[in-house]
Amino acid sequence: MRNALAFWRRFSRNRAALLGLFIVLAIIAVAVAAPFLYPDDPMGMVAQPFLWPLQDPEFPFGSDSLGRDLGAQIFHGAHVSLLIGATATIASVLIGVTVGSLAGYYGGWVDEALMRFTEVVQTIPPFILTIIVVAIFHSTIGTIVVAISIVSWPSVARLVRAEFLTLREREFVQAGIVMGMSDFRLIVTQILPNSMTPVIIAASLMMASSILIEAGLSFLGLGDPNVVSWGAIIGAGREAIREAWYISALPGIAIIAAVLGLNLVGEGLNDALNPRLRRR
Amino acid sequence: MAPLLDVRDLTTHFFTQKGAFAAVDKVSFSVNAGETMALVGESGCGKSVTAASILRLVPDPPGRITGGEIIFEGRDLLSLTMREMRKVRGGRIGMIFQEPMTSLNPVFTIGDQITESLREHRSISRADAERRAIELLDLVRIPDARRQIHNYPHRLSGGMRQRAMIAMALACDPALLIADEPTTALDVTTQAQILELLDELKRSLGMAILLITHDLGVVAEYAQSVLVMYAGRGVEAAKVEDLFHSPIHPYTRGLLGALPHPDDDVDSEGRPLPLNEISGMVPALDAMPAGCRFEPRCSYAVPACKMTDVRLAPLAEGVRSAACLRAADIVQDQP
Repeated sequence: MRNALAFWRRFSRNRAALLGLFIVLAIIAVAVAAPFLYPDDPMGMVAQPFLWPLQDPEFPFGSDSLGRDLGAQIFHGAHVSLLIGATATIASVLIGVTVGSLAGYYGGWVDEALMRFTEVVQTIPPFILTIIVVAIFHSTIGTIVVAISIVSWPSVARLVRAEFLTLREREFVQAGIVMGMSDFRLIVTQILPNSMTPVIIAASLMMASSILIEAGLSFLGLGDPNVVSWGAIIGAGREAIREAWYISALPGIAIIAAVLGLNLVGEGLNDALNPRLRRR
Repeated sequence: MAPLLDVRDLTTHFFTQKGAFAAVDKVSFSVNAGETMALVGESGCGKSVTAASILRLVPDPPGRITGGEIIFEGRDLLSLTMREMRKVRGGRIGMIFQEPMTSLNPVFTIGDQITESLREHRSISRADAERRAIELLDLVRIPDARRQIHNYPHRLSGGMRQRAMIAMALACDPALLIADEPTTALDVTTQAQILELLDELKRSLGMAILLITHDLGVVAEYAQSVLVMYAGRGVEAAKVEDLFHSPIHPYTRGLLGALPHPDDDVDSEGRPLPLNEISGMVPALDAMPAGCRFEPRCSYAVPACKMTDVRLAPLAEGVRSAACLRAADIVQDQP
């Protein structure tokens, strides 16, 4: 408890991190509020097409070329973006931590095999790989999450492996062995908790990049056609960008805000959790 | 009565690019229940590798135990499966290390780490484990144990951390505690307190201690028997009183001769005399002499020493042994 307080004090000293946290919380609030503020299907054509924002008080965010409420789409889109960003991040952290800890703890041929495989995945351009995965399987939220996790885990794996390589030589690990702990317990209860700091920081940044990848896929029309997503709104608005640039601009601002917020939080966590920077 | 721990001809090799070297070469000794046995020698003589070998902690690769037996409570530890070995570690044999600063996991409280080792070996409830943790911290004289169990290691001083380490090692009432240079990283006052504590615990809990040290003063004060190691081999084994009263092996004699005696070592005008030293250097692992490994530095050496691979052999007196061809002559010369 006292630790949590000290952590919060360090984190909140950083103005940018607080701003980031505020943005992220605001987007979460938007996603949570979406079904209450816009209970109807956001894909429904409810208004006159090409309503500019603030033109009609009933649709303060305006409408798109098909007369769909932009506000409803952006609010529901926040839900999708956060969902995909969070689950893809959790999935890639799980894969990355497993691969990295096994490679770092056991070393030798286990390390060789896992790391060569990791490098193979890393040599494939991530966006191309996600497009291929989504194109092969049907485009649903599930396959998009899988595709993003497949390209994102290698960086976590390398991070965790590096932490394990130094931590497994530490004497408290020896002390654990001397206490009779099994490999599994040593990895999970002794080494892993000590290597979580960089993983938490990487995860917040990874969530931002997951949201970007998803937006990119949707922009190209490879997103899940059954849900609204910020990227898809931009993609749809592209055709009318000269007459109605606001259709692309509004979800664009939402993406920028989400990515910026998460990046600021990540930086803030880094400063607050990294003991070498604490006295800055 | 059979000794608690009986190490026979233990050999541990390290396999490097330059070849295989025996860091521990046919070392034998035994530890009786309730006694403190000291392994003493300078850095690199193999005493820590010996300790690590007993718990089978030698990193493989590059190291491997290549021969000998380690009989503990009637079983050869070298023949146990990994699962059985884990029960011995922390259960029957506890170990504490040189560096109390880094031997505790920084992300857990002291109490968590002690209960962790308890719950590893015994099925006991969380509440019971915590009660036992407080009891253990009391036992190792950590003041205000009830509060300290909620503290993280970085809030404790070096001496307190070593006490916490001892509490962890004692959690499951081990029959043997291996203490690998337990006080090297501590300041002198704390050293004495920790050694005093270990000595008391040994008496009150009836456990045996295998004390690894390079400090002959510590050996004299706290050990009952001692094995002097040089370049991976045991060179002299004796009861502590015998060793300090009448060292036999020239290396032991050299070590004891090198101890400073500030009051006596003065010339007729009261100026301090230069300290005695053992000339030369420990031979490198890849350049070990074929015969006695101490021969190049030995003032007693005779030509036969170069040829004979002399090993620890019992002397006429029975209770002690030395690895020296000229042991009998040296005994006779003693005043």
